[in-house]
Amino acid sequence: MSSISEAFADGPAFIPYLAAGDPDYESSLAYVEALERGGADVIELGLPFSEPIAEGPTIQSAIVRSLEAGMTPTRFFEFVADLDVDVPLVCMTYYNLIAQFGEDGERGPEAFVRRAAAVGIDGFVVPDLPAEEAGPLREACDEYGCELVFIVAPTTRGDRLERIMSQVSGYVYVQARLGTTGARTSVSDQTEESLARIADWDVPKAVGFGISTGDHAQRVIEAGADGVIVGSALVDIVAQGAERDDPAVTVASKLEGKARELKEGALRGASTADGRPHPERT
Amino acid sequence: MSSHTGKFGEYGGQYVPEALMPAIEELEDAYERYVLDNEDGFMDEFRGRLADFGGRPTPLQRADRLSERYDTDVYLKREDLLHGGAHKLNNALGQVLLAKYMDKERIIAETGAGQHGTATAMACAHLGMPCEVYMGRRDINRQRPNVFRMRLNGADVTPVTVGRGTLKEAISETMRDWAENVEDTHYVIGSVVGPHPFPAMVRDFQRVISEEAREQVREKAGRLPDSVLTCAGGGSNTMGLFAEFVDDEGVDLYAVEAGGSSLEVDEKEGIAPNSATLSTGTDGVLHGSRTRVLQDRDGQIMESHSVSAGLDYAGVGPELADLVDRERVTAVNVDDDGALEGFHRLSQLEGIIPALESAHALGYLEDNHDALGDVILLNISGRGDKDLETVLEETHDRDIEGAPDIETFAATGGFQ
Repeated sequence: MSSISEAFADGPAFIPYLAAGDPDYESSLAYVEALERGGADVIELGLPFSEPIAEGPTIQSAIVRSLEAGMTPTRFFEFVADLDVDVPLVCMTYYNLIAQFGEDGERGPEAFVRRAAAVGIDGFVVPDLPAEEAGPLREACDEYGCELVFIVAPTTRGDRLERIMSQVSGYVYVQARLGTTGARTSVSDQTEESLARIADWDVPKAVGFGISTGDHAQRVIEAGADGVIVGSALVDIVAQGAERDDPAVTVASKLEGKARELKEGALRGASTADGRPHPERT
Repeated sequence: MSSHTGKFGEYGGQYVPEALMPAIEELEDAYERYVLDNEDGFMDEFRGRLADFGGRPTPLQRADRLSERYDTDVYLKREDLLHGGAHKLNNALGQVLLAKYMDKERIIAETGAGQHGTATAMACAHLGMPCEVYMGRRDINRQRPNVFRMRLNGADVTPVTVGRGTLKEAISETMRDWAENVEDTHYVIGSVVGPHPFPAMVRDFQRVISEEAREQVREKAGRLPDSVLTCAGGGSNTMGLFAEFVDDEGVDLYAVEAGGSSLEVDEKEGIAPNSATLSTGTDGVLHGSRTRVLQDRDGQIMESHSVSAGLDYAGVGPELADLVDRERVTAVNVDDDGALEGFHRLSQLEGIIPALESAHALGYLEDNHDALGDVILLNISGRGDKDLETVLEETHDRDIEGAPDIETFAATGGFQ
């Protein structure tokens, strides 16, 4: 069993996201470590790309801050190596950075995944890489024992579901609603429909996009998810800290508190869901 | 040329968020049925509207004074005379009409120089579709007449403030809108870029330029041209002009890019002071397709530059990239100075004020006419009215042959 699969073995997984290096390298290390203290089971780390077309304004701004502070793919791998966390790490980035990584003559997915695996990355999410174009990255992941997570959107139907199912590993990222990333005040009804379409998939289902509170996390788990992914609500805390110039320790403490709220919400959802029929558990 | 596979050699493909993939597949299906197979008479209606609303065919004009200057025959394809003042209407009208056939309810688009936004707004007004156009803040400032034209035609113009506020950012922002509203909205991409089927589909809507030009030049010159040249930013007028000549092996094809102020890049700042993607870019993935892009060694996309907002883009159409790799198309470039000189030269010699985009091709013609043969076909992709403020400002600092005395003009109140 891979380390990511293990993270889902004992109840609902809480999967927070932060852009690595936001707003600066040292603070960001402390922030990611705070997420683990708050109960993270897997952590998604954003490797910033200059054209993040799947992201809303919150994460886009985080990416700009990180790039301006000097984040690069090479620096990202140093960052991962410097992190003091025990939970599995998933690198979330865009395909061009993967395609360009390495020295001339051996640029591409193989070089990228080799380097990532060496510093402790366990999997990848690449929002602009559909299953049809994912062959070379899938091969590299298989070679180095990494997972390749794919997103299922509310619009995904029919043949596309089959194609994704044949490629996905680690967990499937269920996009809770249409649009880009960003915190919302309610959980979309599209979540339940999306989960129902993939109920028989033999891979954990983690729901993301728009989840910002413990109550949202609870609802998502109650709806049948095996995990919750939260990005913008956490990035907002980093953004406020950067704007107000708060000490990193203060921001880290807030992130830890928010992580705990989300993790506890997920656990509540699991205990409520245990008491009634459920597509996963019946 | 590939239409069905979405690949042009190594380039092309579909690199977009999963939420958009079903819409892209739906569009692919509509492209094959309506555009390639003329289902429900789609292409007949498109051609009819291009004629009646757009004013096609546009003329092919022998430029007598340029021909005399270079001692050769120079023919100008006058896309500046198309309704709206640029070739952009061919594609915008085609896509908005296709969106209607697909029962979409809303149109979004992005624009750099404003010509594509204007054409889309016009097509939407003509066909009765609501329209929202994303435009970089910086481009809004340098292309105000086009912004007003879009508003006059009933479109909403939404400023994009992230990054440097140019076309690259506007495309990303439009993709985000599409991801949010994909079920009822069609995204009218303005060039032969983006995920399949856009590069092939936009080429096919622009192909009318070369269909006409090829017949017209045979009629007027009695034979095919030795050289065909036009400006290349994203590459829509380029592919439109080249499409029907690609199989004519005796015809040399030149894509003239924006050399900006220099071909050197500032790796540290991530800035390319040019938009010469075909000449200096490398293989990468941007805005949904694999193509040549201006990027640093890590794969971060660079800020590009051109005096012409319409060429100021870090990517280029995948088919054009492949044609350059296969040495069927020669990629060349002209810097900002050469383009401004070309702009003034055509205005003075032929009474045609060209778009600054097309002025790059005129700059190349000036320096290379000896190598281009006896019959030269050059596309005037649009008219230069939108660029007058930019030209006034940029000419002020330069000593350009044939330019009016800008100092005197400014002293007498300029545009006031």
